[in-house]
Formats: sequence, structure tokens, C-alpha cells
Amino acid sequence: MEYQLKNISRDNFEQCIKCTVCTVYCPVLAVNPDYPGPKQAGPDGERYRLKNPEFYDMALKYCLNCKRCEVACPSNVKIGDIIQRARLKYDKKPVKLRDRILAETDVMGTLATTAAPIANFMLKLPVVKSAMHSVIGVDRHRTFPRYSGRTFESWFRKQADAQETFKRKVAYFHGCYVNYNNPDLGRDFVKVMNAVGYGVRLLEKERCCGVAKIANRLIDRARHDAEINMKSIRHAVIDEEIPVLGTSSTCMFTMRDEYPHLLGVDNAEVRDDMLLATVFLCRLIDQGQVKLVFRKDYKKRIAYHTPCHMQKLGWGIYSTKLLRSIPGVDFVMLESQCCGIAGTYGFKKENYATSQAIGRDLFESIREAKVDFVATDCETCKWQIEMSAGASVLNPISVIAEALDVEATVKANQK
Amino acid sequence: MKYDTIIIGGGLSGLTAGIKLAEKGKKVAIVSLGQSALHFSSGSLGLLGQVGDKEVSSPLEAMKELDENHPYRRIGIDCVAALAKEVKPMFAAAGMSLDGDETVNRYRLTPFGICKPSWLTFSDFITFDKNEPSKIKKCIIINFKGYLDFYPDFIADGLGRMGVESVQATVSVDVVERLRKSSSEMRAASIARLLRGDVIDALAAEINRVADDADADTVLIPAVVGFDSEKPLAMLREKVLRPVYCVATTPMSVCGTRAQLLLRRRFEQLGGIYLLGDNVASGKFASDGRIKSVMTTNLGDDEMEADTFILATGGLFSRGIVADPHKVYEPVFGLDVRAPEDREQWYERDFFAKQPYMSFGVSVDEDFHPLRSGKAVGNLYAVGAVIGGYDALKEGSGAGVALLTALYVANMIK
Repeated sequence: MEYQLKNISRDNFEQCIKCTVCTVYCPVLAVNPDYPGPKQAGPDGERYRLKNPEFYDMALKYCLNCKRCEVACPSNVKIGDIIQRARLKYDKKPVKLRDRILAETDVMGTLATTAAPIANFMLKLPVVKSAMHSVIGVDRHRTFPRYSGRTFESWFRKQADAQETFKRKVAYFHGCYVNYNNPDLGRDFVKVMNAVGYGVRLLEKERCCGVAKIANRLIDRARHDAEINMKSIRHAVIDEEIPVLGTSSTCMFTMRDEYPHLLGVDNAEVRDDMLLATVFLCRLIDQGQVKLVFRKDYKKRIAYHTPCHMQKLGWGIYSTKLLRSIPGVDFVMLESQCCGIAGTYGFKKENYATSQAIGRDLFESIREAKVDFVATDCETCKWQIEMSAGASVLNPISVIAEALDVEATVKANQK
Repeated sequence: MKYDTIIIGGGLSGLTAGIKLAEKGKKVAIVSLGQSALHFSSGSLGLLGQVGDKEVSSPLEAMKELDENHPYRRIGIDCVAALAKEVKPMFAAAGMSLDGDETVNRYRLTPFGICKPSWLTFSDFITFDKNEPSKIKKCIIINFKGYLDFYPDFIADGLGRMGVESVQATVSVDVVERLRKSSSEMRAASIARLLRGDVIDALAAEINRVADDADADTVLIPAVVGFDSEKPLAMLREKVLRPVYCVATTPMSVCGTRAQLLLRRRFEQLGGIYLLGDNVASGKFASDGRIKSVMTTNLGDDEMEADTFILATGGLFSRGIVADPHKVYEPVFGLDVRAPEDREQWYERDFFAKQPYMSFGVSVDEDFHPLRSGKAVGNLYAVGAVIGGYDALKEGSGAGVALLTALYVANMIK
């Protein structure tokens, strides 16, 4: 009896009452019968694996780590973590070249931005797509995100001094996507933060958050990067006493939850200060500390898509509240469901059909909504929706930047 | 963030209270730790099926025999009768139709072929009037090939006891057949997700073929149609030449999942905020004993404030009430729980006996304010299975108490 009270694993795996409600909400199980489903792959399989690692099932690779099983679980079992940890622990197959390329977002980004026009041109060529499909296994249907000719970091270096003139400051974890593909989003972030009176700093050192490396089992590389990031984040939060903000729900989720759960990298003392920019802004507005003033001529119909990791973070209310607060916005809330891409998962040839089948209902509801664009906090959802639903997609921070009356906002926040 | 009402728990009772309050124009947030017990729905909502050892045919009449602390008696039987009439319209507004009424129980078939009293039944399902012979002469029970959560032999036995002759058949359609690759994962919800569009046509053709061969007048199928709407079953009924009814499967319940999704959709369309997968970790009390705010795991130190709070966290099954080796407790606010201290008195050794733990729950006053250290918490209400003092399983009253306490409390909140 006493033993029972103390016998609680970090994943709560023994708390599973076999109710199977996770299987109802697993996006993969619904379309791919090769996947054993979250209950079997997670707590059920774990009982066997603990007895003998031979019971590890390679089909666990079909899990896209969306964590919707955890969101559905009424017993707080960390089903997704159990599955991912099993993959990292028991899958001893060498990591494929293709997976290494997809996972090395930093290296690939650095290479591609230096030769962006060539990289963008090449990645669009049917012959290149076809070669990548058959030789390394990146699906030919996929459109690679365009690489920017100039990284966000190099743009920012020129602004850094001006940013230091602000009395209040935040640190920005921009992520690979902003740095190499979409520096505009980073500029939008700086614009919005400046308008409400905050200067922006970058971290001392920033590496990829590691989500793609974790998904592709490059665990040592992921841990190495995580430790570099955490050192810089600790410096910002503890020494400089400024919060660390991001514009990607997946980067923030990875650093807040996957670092301690999957990589064993502790973040407890700074976790509450690692936030999405929309969360930070929304809270300041609620507390009456800052104000956003929007342009009167901004009129858009916008649908919001909740990325899986945003659902897991539970922060959808903040991004949607901000978007709804723009007077000219006709807001459509899409039902929270997986778009199917899951980062590098959907880029793999063997997952393409599953990926598109998962997103089917979402794509249809976006087409039906007849909106000017979709807003979402995740870049890979953006690629998937732009490719599959024919709608353009913006990060909520870019929407705010576009709708903002900068002059009036600056004035409203000068006190 | 500030709301008029914050509801903790997003199952049947939480959503019912949420919908009623949102309809009144209130700003409501629901915080739900995972999915609800509604996913285990039998397809029927029970009001009162048994009192003591007696089976109940007129629930409102039989309520007079209940203990005066029973939630129905606290609401008042006249009030129960009035509130019960609000349930069908509420489900209709969310896109679901129910059959039955509160004056007389009908009978539903369990997945094991047992007949149990029911109040309102989703119109997917077959129900019976125990006193009148069924009009069905011969029905055909059709299962999907390889689907293991449906037991035609039990159903046939049950039908036999009702004087209905039956035959059995299995069908398969291509897309569903794919699920058989993993027999343990060929689940009701997975099948339901596939039954749409052309697949319905193919299924209807198969059903017509086997029903013709058997010369049956009625078709019974497992309740695996219509994941998030009634449309697929309506389409199937249009295309099958005989009346089609569903029979409950073992969980997951497709129609329960649908009810959860559609009630939530209705709540959100009314402007309600639904936070799924978040946990109310603690509450802050003012000096007068009222709750000021609650804190959740995901929102961290961003407190959720409200004028009133509703506790709809469910019973032991949903962890609204928790038992450890030493004590039974309510985990969110540490409310007073009706349970004996001595562990030996928590249960009967005979598994099928009336189990004391089934009645564990929070103590409430006459207005459903839970007690904390003996004092009622003025701006907190308890609804549904978290309330102690009744045995939902033996009485067949779980859905009734969930719905009616929620409606009653929502009416009280001005």
C-alpha cells in the first residue's frame, strides 16, 4: 500500500487505466493501420519493453509526436513522451542520410542562405525533386520553404544598437525558420515589440531548438544544442532579468517540455519565462501595461489553425484573443486538428500519403471558410496549409504587425 | 483572464452548464483535463432505472422513494420534471436527436444483450417497450468482418428474450477492411471516421444484399456510424431498404464521442472558451471563503478569475474524486468528501454488490454549494458525478444527475 503511493513514474505510465480515449484522437491511427496507436505504442508496449527491449516495435516511427494523445488523456499519462523515448532508446538502426539532412536545419540553412537564389531555383526543379524523391526519399510533392538571401541575424546586427536604447527589453529566440527562410516574421516581431516600448535582444548563442533532431533520433546532437540554448536562456532570464520570447509554437514547446522530458536537459528555473510572443503581449494587455492600436482601414477575414504543439501548450486562447481584438478582423476559429506535416515527418516519401490524409478535413474546412488568409503559430503547419489548402498563412505576430497603427501604438504606450 | 463563470471539467455536466450559461450571454471558460466519460456512453441517458432492488418504469414517481439527500430530491421532483424537458432541445441545437421522455422508461440493449431502462436514447439506437411486443418479426444483426467490440450472439440472445427472431451476417467494405491489418486497433472510432461519402454507398449495397438473402425486416448494426455528425447514419438509412438501427458496442462509444464533439462545438459557437488538456492545479480563496481565482498547469501564473465556479470534474472514474491507500479526497479545492475513514468500509467483497465507493463524492448544501471544512463555498457549485450520496451505476442515474444538476445550477447563476 505504501509502495503504491511512491511508485509513480515520471511519465505516469502506470496511471493508464486502459480507457483507450487516446486512440479516438490519434490522427495517425485514423489513416494508417500500420501504426499500433498511442495506447499500444505507449503505456501498453512500455510494459513489454521494460521486460525485454526485443519487444520494441519499429512501427513506432509512424508516431508524429503531435501529443494529441496526451491532450486527450484524462489520467495525465505522458503517452507521447513514452513513445518518443522508446524510439530514442530502442531504435538502434543507423539514422538515414535523408533524415540527417532534414534534421540539420542549422547547417542546411547556413549553406542554403549563402546561395539562396541557386538553392531556391534548384529545389523547385522537377528533376531535382524527382531525384530527391527516388535517391534520398524526400517526397516529390513537397515544396521546400524558400531560403532568404540574408539571415535574420545579419539584419538584426544592424539594429542591435538602436534596440538597446529601449528601457524595457525582451530576448528573442527566432528559430531556424525566421533566420533562414522568413526574416520578415522576425522583423515583424521587432516592430511590434518596439511599438509597445520593448527593445529586442538576441540570445548570446542560439542553436536550432532541436525538434527535427529529436524526431530523427539525432539525440546527442539535439542535447548538445539544447545545452547551448539553455545556457543562453539562463543568462537572459537570470542575469539580464528579461524574458525569452519566440514566434514558433514548436520551438517554444520543444524547449519548455521536450528538453526536460526527452533530452534530460533541465529548464525548471527559467521555464515560466520562455513564452510565445502572443502570450507575453496578451498578458501585458490584460494587465493594462501595454496597448495595441490598430489601423482603421485594416479589414480581413482570418481563420486560425491551432498547431498540435500549441494545443499541447494550451496557449491558443492568447493568439486568438489578440487576433480577435483587431477591430477589422472577421475571425473564424478552425476546429483544432493535426494538419499532418509534423515537421520533417511529412517530407518523407513513406509518410506523404498519411500526412495528406490526416490533413484532409482541415484543408476542406479552410477552403470552405473563404478567408483572406490563415493565421497559425507554427511554420511547418504554414507550409502544409499553403501547399495543400491553397491559402496563404501568416504568423499572428505578422498579422498584428500588418494591422498595427505604429504611430498611435507608440504614443499610447509612452507614459 | 477574467470570466463570469469558470467550469472545471468538460464532460456532459460541465458542457451542459457551459452551454446554458453561454446562452444567457455569460462569458464562460471550461478547463478540461483530457477527454470525458461521455466517450463511454451507452447511447442512452438514464434518469432513474432502479431504486433499491426494484426496476423503475416511471422515474419521476420512483424518485419519491429516494433519500432526501439525493441530488434529485435536492432539486425537487417538480423541478426535475421541468428541467428534464430542456434536454432534448439542448441536444437538438447541437445537432443531435434523442428519443424518449421522462415519464416512462424505455429499454435499451447493452453490448451484452441485456435490457436496461433508459430515459433518452440517441435516435441511432433500437429501444423497446417492455410491456408491448416488438413489431419486428425477424431482424438481421450485421457486423463488420474482423470487428471485435461487438457480440452478435449476445445481442441475438437479448432479442430472443424480447421475442424477436434474428439471424446474423458479416459484411466488409474495402476501406474498412484495411483496418483489419491490426485487429486490436480496428476500433469503433476508426471505423466511424471512414464511413462517409462513397463508403456509405458501398456499405448500404452490402447490407441490402445480406438482408435480402436473410429475408429480414429490420437491420441491426454496431453503433460505429457518424463520428462527428448524424449525417452518415441518415445517408445509410436512406440507402438501405429496411429500417436500420444501431446497437451499442463496447467502448469507445461513437455516439458518445459525437455528443462530446458536438456539445463542445455548440459551446464554442456560443462564445465559450474550452481549454482541453489543461489541469486546474489550485484555487485561491478570499478571506470570506469564496474562490477568487484558479491556476492551471498550462497558464502558469496567469490566474483565471471569475465570479462563480462550477466543479464538474466527475467521480472516481474521472478523478474528480481520488482515493489513495489512506484517504478519499477532492483534488482541486480539498473539499469535504462523503466517505468513511476506515478503508474496510469503502467496498464490499462481493464485486457485484452495491459498492459504497460508488457513492463517494463531495458534500453539498441545498443549493449545490460544496462544503469545505464544514462551510459552504458561496461562489462554487458542484454538478454531476463529483457530488456524493448517490450510486449512478446501480440507479442508472449518471446522465440524469449530470444533466439536471448542471441545468439547475446554471439557472441559479444570475
